[in-house]
Amino acid sequence: MTMPFYVSPEQRYKENADYARRNIARGRPAIVLGYDGGIAFITENPSRSLRKIGEIYDRIGFAAVGKYNEFENLRQGGVRYADMRGYSYDRSDVTARGLANVYAQTLGAIFTETKPLEVEIVVAEVGATPEDDQIFRLSYDGSVAEQNGFVAMGGGADQITTGLTERWRAGLTLGEALGLAVELLGRDPAGTAHRELTAAQVEVAVLDRLRPRRAFRRLAGPLLERLLRSDDPTTDVPHTDDKRPGLHDTLTGDGDGEQAPSAGEPPAGSEG
Amino acid sequence: MIHGNEGGTPGRLPSAFLTPGSSSFTEFLSGHAAHLLPGGRPLPAGSVPEVPHATTIVSLTYEGGVVLAGDRRATMGNLIAHREMEKVFPADEYSAVGIAGTAGVAVELVKLFQVELEHYEKIEGTLLSFDGKANRLSTMIRGNLGLAMQGLAVVPLFAGFDLDRELGRIFSFDVTGGRYEERHHHSVGSGSLFARGSLKKRWHPGLDAAGAAAVAVEALYDAADDDSATGGPDTTRQIYPVVATVGAEGYRRVPDDELAPVVASLQAREGSRS
Repeated sequence: MTMPFYVSPEQRYKENADYARRNIARGRPAIVLGYDGGIAFITENPSRSLRKIGEIYDRIGFAAVGKYNEFENLRQGGVRYADMRGYSYDRSDVTARGLANVYAQTLGAIFTETKPLEVEIVVAEVGATPEDDQIFRLSYDGSVAEQNGFVAMGGGADQITTGLTERWRAGLTLGEALGLAVELLGRDPAGTAHRELTAAQVEVAVLDRLRPRRAFRRLAGPLLERLLRSDDPTTDVPHTDDKRPGLHDTLTGDGDGEQAPSAGEPPAGSEG
Repeated sequence: MIHGNEGGTPGRLPSAFLTPGSSSFTEFLSGHAAHLLPGGRPLPAGSVPEVPHATTIVSLTYEGGVVLAGDRRATMGNLIAHREMEKVFPADEYSAVGIAGTAGVAVELVKLFQVELEHYEKIEGTLLSFDGKANRLSTMIRGNLGLAMQGLAVVPLFAGFDLDRELGRIFSFDVTGGRYEERHHHSVGSGSLFARGSLKKRWHPGLDAAGAAAVAVEALYDAADDDSATGGPDTTRQIYPVVATVGAEGYRRVPDDELAPVVASLQAREGSRS
């Protein structure tokens, strides 16, 4: 039996961390930030099927950067965790803090045991008031931090964070928050070229505080275009779904969706 | 690759949570936490004591949708166990499920079914087809067969709006998970015999949502007239049946103030005949 070379834990973890950090920094950044009516998620993503942002539970959303198969796996695990917890306890017992904890333990265990996951994720929960909103950021090594108001991750995240620290404030409208985020996402990390991102190039979702149960909605179509234009009066999302029958996970503002009567979201976990 | 390390690090997600492949919550539970499934627990020997039973559910289609309605009574032998029970639930935005049979198991089954549909929606990012939903419910009832053989049977009625065919559809089930599509109308539960007679005479093509809701209320009224386990509308306590419509605009529970005039006219008609 051959003996493996001795590698000190310090060196091994450092190499693991460098490996994960390098690969995460290669990907497009994502921003999660609070606005007056909830929490917004935004990332540059031309794909309409491979999502980086997702719904976990009634009031909880998820965003990730890094390797798709790895964070998609974590998202599905989170949905299973939340659904099982809500099923065996109560819907109100599913919290972002609890989910952030199991994610942290999972990421931490994988980091020390095997190849570290090349992902960074955010778990956010919209509360009854902006003060109750919670945004947790989790790194590849399982470290977890609660962020106040905003978080940026992925390539060029440091520069975006600087921009957010300077210009984000509590009480921004959704239009202002998305405008700021899109501008920062369009900045080249080298600081030279400046790109204008269009509605088709970004993936956007919100946790809308005023919705009764499932607060998560994606934004697309004319509605997103109006929100991103600074000269348009639209500053918030409609609190009712599109009129068009079908899956109502996306608000597009097509037709007269804004004036549409409530499409009748099933009430929360009806008990007999 | 993520390898599971059950019990390795406390607090981390067990490997079952991170195993890709299944978008079914029920399948996930049966592998990871079978004791949480209605039919997943071993049943002790002996006979089951008297437990509350839910009774009559009626359903009928109208132009562009379907109505599902249930009375409010749960019985336990000769006693009324509960007079405000709800037996009609939204399964998701475009379907509803009504339950007859052992109340405790039935309510648990409905709760599981609701999570199942929402879970699929979140994992897959699309809605299940209407037949897919009916099949999932069928599988769950089949899982409950052991309990049914002990006398704890659940017989749901599943109704909803099929987004592909753009019409209301009704499915009935038996305790072995058999699934049967019903034409125009159907009823299950102890008062179903009388409700079916009523539906047969009152249903006609071209009904609108309000008309169909009135027919459903009348069928339940007729069932309560002859079946002691079915509760009639209780105007003294303001307890009305649960009536839901499901159409292209989604699930809608008909509010009591829309049911009150329907009930009043039924009672006036009975009064005028006596």
